[in-house]
Amino acid sequence: MKGRIWGSRGSIASPGQDTKRYGGNTSCVELRPPGCDVVILDAGTGIRELGVRLVREGAERMFLLLTHLHVDHLEGLGMFEPIWRKQTELHIWGPASPVASLEQRIATYFSPPLFPVHLSEVPATIEYHDASESEWQIDGAGFTSNAIIHPGPTVGYRIESKGRVLAYLTDHEPALGADLASDAPDWISGFALAHRADVLIHDCQYTPQEYEHRLGFGHSSTEHVARFAEATAVDRVLLFHHDPMHSDDQIDAMRDDVVARWGVDGDRCTAAAEGAEIQV
Amino acid sequence: MERVPEQRNLVLILARAFAAQLATALFLVDDEGTVIYYNEAAEQLLARKFIEGAGMPAEEWSTVFRPRDAEGRSVPLVSLPLGVTMLKREPAHGVIMITGADGVDRRIEVAAFPLFAHTEDFVGAVALFWARPEDRP
Repeated sequence: MKGRIWGSRGSIASPGQDTKRYGGNTSCVELRPPGCDVVILDAGTGIRELGVRLVREGAERMFLLLTHLHVDHLEGLGMFEPIWRKQTELHIWGPASPVASLEQRIATYFSPPLFPVHLSEVPATIEYHDASESEWQIDGAGFTSNAIIHPGPTVGYRIESKGRVLAYLTDHEPALGADLASDAPDWISGFALAHRADVLIHDCQYTPQEYEHRLGFGHSSTEHVARFAEATAVDRVLLFHHDPMHSDDQIDAMRDDVVARWGVDGDRCTAAAEGAEIQV
Repeated sequence: MERVPEQRNLVLILARAFAAQLATALFLVDDEGTVIYYNEAAEQLLARKFIEGAGMPAEEWSTVFRPRDAEGRSVPLVSLPLGVTMLKREPAHGVIMITGADGVDRRIEVAAFPLFAHTEDFVGAVALFWARPEDRP
């Protein structure tokens, strides 16, 4: 499985001199399971540039997996060029809420005053799939979704292809529900999704000091990422959802902190940078 | 394709985290009625430590503490507040007498309610219980 990071920033797009290396676009990851049409993880601002490339390639069938509907994971969808083409067939997975369907929830963003056009006016054919807790297959690739700890309905994804596994748990605060160092694995949010993944893309927004003032915001510290990686026995971790206030140098230091706390070789942990290729 | 391990429903994970911070006694049961967690306040009222991973099936928790009504008659599972919640999937309330593992009789008030992750997606239930004010030391 190959992929590419199109946006790894959390909360709000953060272009600027201090964020050039890791990038300022919000969450979007392209994934290419062998034999499968393009899979897109989240529709942050990074999806705009991906859309341009997909149109250039002539892609018509694509799969978008939304972890949740906070703006930084959805705001790029309106500028995703393929949805403005009639021939596009877009399948969107994402969490419904206990009282509203996925389509209704996306339509809340895709309507005035937040957006000038209604969702119903989009020319592409869009099919919506509830990903609250399910398993499905597309062209030989296996997909599993499950709810994870973050304010509001939020899911993580596990994608398997040809015996390789990528887990995507951005916006995740497992430490809120369990002691990551001592609790049984089945009590740890996201454990089953990440278990023994070859690559885990995981929230790493805060330092431990910052987390003390952000408890319950739905994100993880470097300490939490290290403990979660250890508990789930993953091979490699890509640190994701960088805090918009963090410079490239601060992200470097956070990556070093995760490596030290996890106690593994440095090549098993990387901070996700916009434009970086992923090999699973 | 490798089998994905079993995972507790997120609602149960969050309910347990909530219970662990609570000074009120709380039972957390799964969708089959097995107690999968009770907190320190419950341990004090029942005089029995919770053993992680052991679980306590409905047949056990509904009898081991000898629940009785005001006249001393045994109360079956289907009439206990948590039993009602499990069977009917609706809130229930009641006052019962129990005997803790220390042999001490205690009159407790119980409020139970079901947990639905989504409509029709019943994942378990919670029973909050506390000693009646007039019985507190």
